[in-house]
Amino acid sequence: MINEHLPALQVVVPLLAAPICFMIFNNRLSWLFATLVSWLSFAMAILLVMEVRDGTVLHYEFGGWAPPWGIEYKVDILNSYVLLIVTAIAAAVFPYSWKSIQKEIPKSHHRIYLTAMLLCLAGLLGMTITGDAFNLFVLLEISSLSSYTLISLGRDRRALTASFQYLIMGTIGATFILIGIGLLYALTGTLNMADLASRIPALEGSRTLQAAFAFLILGFGLKLAMFPLHLWLPNAYAYAPSAVSAFIGATATKVAIYALLRFLYTIFGSSFSFDYMQVQWLLMPLAIASILFASMVAIFQDGIKRLLAYSSVAQIGYILLGISLVNVTGLTASLLHMFNHALMKGGLFLALGAIAYRVGSTQVKSIAGIGQAMPYTMAAFVVGALSLIGVPLTVGFISKWYLILATLEKGYWPLTVLIIISSLMAVVYTWRIIETAYFQERPAGAAPVTEAPMSLLIPTWIVIFANLYFGINSSLSTDLASRAAIILSGGSLL
Amino acid sequence: MMGLMPVDLIILALCIPLFTAVGIYLAGNSPNVREGITLGGSLLLFLTIVALTPHILDGERPSFELIEILPGLKLSFTVEPLGMIFALVAATLWPINSLYSIGYMRSNNERKQTRFYIFFAIALSSVMAIAFAGNLLTLFVFYEVLTLSTYPLVTHAGTEKARNAGRVYLGILISTSIGLLLPAIIWVWYLAGTTDFTAGGILTGHISGPLLTVLAALFIFGIGKAAVMPTHRWLPAAMVAPTPVSALLHAVAVVKAGVFSVVKVVAYIFGLDLLITAPGIEWLLYIACFTVVAASIIALQQDNLKKRLAYSTISQLSYVVMGALILAPLSLIGASLHIAVHAFGKITLFFAAGSIYTASKKTNISQLNGIGRRMPWTMAAFSIGALSMIALPPAAGFLSKWYLLLGASQQQQYIAMAVIVMSTLLNAAYFVPIIYAAFLKPEDPDQLIEHKRDHKEAPLPMVIALTITAAATLLIFIFPGLALELAQAVGVPV
Repeated sequence: MINEHLPALQVVVPLLAAPICFMIFNNRLSWLFATLVSWLSFAMAILLVMEVRDGTVLHYEFGGWAPPWGIEYKVDILNSYVLLIVTAIAAAVFPYSWKSIQKEIPKSHHRIYLTAMLLCLAGLLGMTITGDAFNLFVLLEISSLSSYTLISLGRDRRALTASFQYLIMGTIGATFILIGIGLLYALTGTLNMADLASRIPALEGSRTLQAAFAFLILGFGLKLAMFPLHLWLPNAYAYAPSAVSAFIGATATKVAIYALLRFLYTIFGSSFSFDYMQVQWLLMPLAIASILFASMVAIFQDGIKRLLAYSSVAQIGYILLGISLVNVTGLTASLLHMFNHALMKGGLFLALGAIAYRVGSTQVKSIAGIGQAMPYTMAAFVVGALSLIGVPLTVGFISKWYLILATLEKGYWPLTVLIIISSLMAVVYTWRIIETAYFQERPAGAAPVTEAPMSLLIPTWIVIFANLYFGINSSLSTDLASRAAIILSGGSLL
Repeated sequence: MMGLMPVDLIILALCIPLFTAVGIYLAGNSPNVREGITLGGSLLLFLTIVALTPHILDGERPSFELIEILPGLKLSFTVEPLGMIFALVAATLWPINSLYSIGYMRSNNERKQTRFYIFFAIALSSVMAIAFAGNLLTLFVFYEVLTLSTYPLVTHAGTEKARNAGRVYLGILISTSIGLLLPAIIWVWYLAGTTDFTAGGILTGHISGPLLTVLAALFIFGIGKAAVMPTHRWLPAAMVAPTPVSALLHAVAVVKAGVFSVVKVVAYIFGLDLLITAPGIEWLLYIACFTVVAASIIALQQDNLKKRLAYSTISQLSYVVMGALILAPLSLIGASLHIAVHAFGKITLFFAAGSIYTASKKTNISQLNGIGRRMPWTMAAFSIGALSMIALPPAAGFLSKWYLLLGASQQQQYIAMAVIVMSTLLNAAYFVPIIYAAFLKPEDPDQLIEHKRDHKEAPLPMVIALTITAAATLLIFIFPGLALELAQAVGVPV
């Protein structure tokens, strides 16, 4: 009975929990409730993964209205995998939030924070699970609006401009997506993804279809921070509260990439996207540019959050690069990296939040000498950094392995060189932080620092531990990613 | 040790150093217990490796798998003769070096001794793992662990100078391994679908022509620990470490891990028969030849004793690389032997340098006039080590050079033969004057360092240690049976 409604509950539970969370007037109770909801979502995502892992596709018709008239939710390997990523990070960030927001967000705004986080979670989950193009847009707006709110909660006043910048860019992106979906609707008269997919092949030469395609690529490109549309991201990540950086940095761009993949492969179909529109020749140069440019910029950052933000832009470049190779290995690498990057960036931002909690700043120079004072936090950071570099036994290695194999399969060896060079750049920008923390003395007169509280350390280490676990025993992630890649590129989905 | 299966012995060899590290940590507050644990652990490891040796001589190749990271990509361990030689050398020298360390660290009042012994033990554990690695991936993982675990030892002094040296150390070793070695490994995997070390190689039929040479070059320069020019700069930089580190790690374990990997790759990944077909492969040999000569010439100009020994090490390491790249079975025997032979000679030299420093605080060669009369044991051992470097009987260095020359003449590599002869002369040119000055020149009172005016021999543990290694250098020449038998089995299928 419950199982049957799982696809709907996955979105509805956090969505309904959000206003309830706001109405609980005790901050602590409100936080407990939100944490519980995030764990419940995680549990539901696990159940969904277990149900669809063998290749079955779950359908859920809202209000009993049969598609293509009603809204339909569909769960397959690909989106259950993305649900798992999003809810797993949420399940770690919510318990972490309590301590973290005490220092970073005024008490009066705690419930706003929790409510917005739940709404953002619901929006991201909805975007992932829905089988309806317009519904995807609506949920995208829910997640976007709530993330604008979350970013503006940062204690630095520049958080407001960062949020406003993101609002402008994000709205342009969302508008493009809406225009694209509108054009598709005008052309086909349907909004259901499966229905769209069946009608589009006949329209291949249509100029309207091509325009819709262009609008959608650009719109999602903005949301996922594809170079050079990434300008909103560094400020947004840098000025948002730590917990928000961790959550949004690990999940929001991944869901946008999922949506892009859904449109490229399922709705437009790979023959239209890659043979007719040749979108890979747009994605590949942009991916290369973002990998090189963002890694380079990251080396020269003084703020660690900004540094990690630019590193995210570079990592998104890897994911796009894998997509642009148009082979199953490349797609597997991209899907794996969505999972793996969520783990490594989530872990790094959480560790950084613990540093911010004790040190009060996230400038590189302000963490001088904290290696001895905060051994567990810094150890977590080091593991996350190793994972970012792609050292074996961490998840970063798994993604790099597949990505390099994919470039070799295609014979594009300059791309292999590019991946290696950018890994070395990651060594440079993470090493600066590690060296400052361990090998410089605390500046004279600086306040003494102690280890972060357990309620920050435990969630951080759970995510960091996942970096190691899935780096040593990657069977779950590689299995899901490669199955999803095969199904996607076979085009037989939904 | 009887009754244990070979596989159990492998597991023991990997775990004993780790348990030793834990024990050292727990006993951190009482130096005597701590040093007892180090000595006990190292002796236990020695016994384990000795117990494993007869199995390998009998032609057994015990192996076991630890874990499967990706489908077909495992962490696995297999013992074959070359790894056995390397493990034997490291396990024999660890107890001796521990004895020496105790004398050195205490006499010089070094700081943070617990940390020192812990990382030393971890480094030894990764050396065992490298020696027994069953495939390239396992080798790579522990190669990186070895780099990271020796970093705190190199920067032990904690000074600005040590930190800069540490940066060079990590910078070169990490960038060559991630930048060149890792792509080479992935390339091998892509070509052969496996990275297992197999006698005779795994690449036959998968690659030929210039690409083969490129792949070989990636390996030779990617294995930065082998210190083939221009990747050698990290080794002189690492000399800021306390002398026991220079002795065991940067004359034996770390550098031998490098040349061991080169020989292993040539014998077990390429196979001599395949690599000899690579066009231009002799140029790699010439680079090794150049390194031999150039490093010797630089050594000639060094006044700092440890620096001179470091450049001598670079030169001697390239003998092993030459031995591998001459591509004759006889030279491969020479290369395998040289791994063992050079280890005993060079550790004796480093021990002597450290004991001179401890007794007299002298670091430069120009200060050593007449020191042989104050420190007869030390300088006698130094002379034996130097004989071994020059390759004069009755020191063991003669054995390996003999096989190298035989192999080179078999392959008609006259340049290599000329280089071996020239380097012998150069070795004599930079070692004989030291011996001459120490024993025959009168002492120069101005060169005595303040509070060490009437120094005698170094502390007893150090003298015992260097006497043992010097004696071993002679004994290997007289009884080469075991080393030779193992070396002859390298790369030969069973």
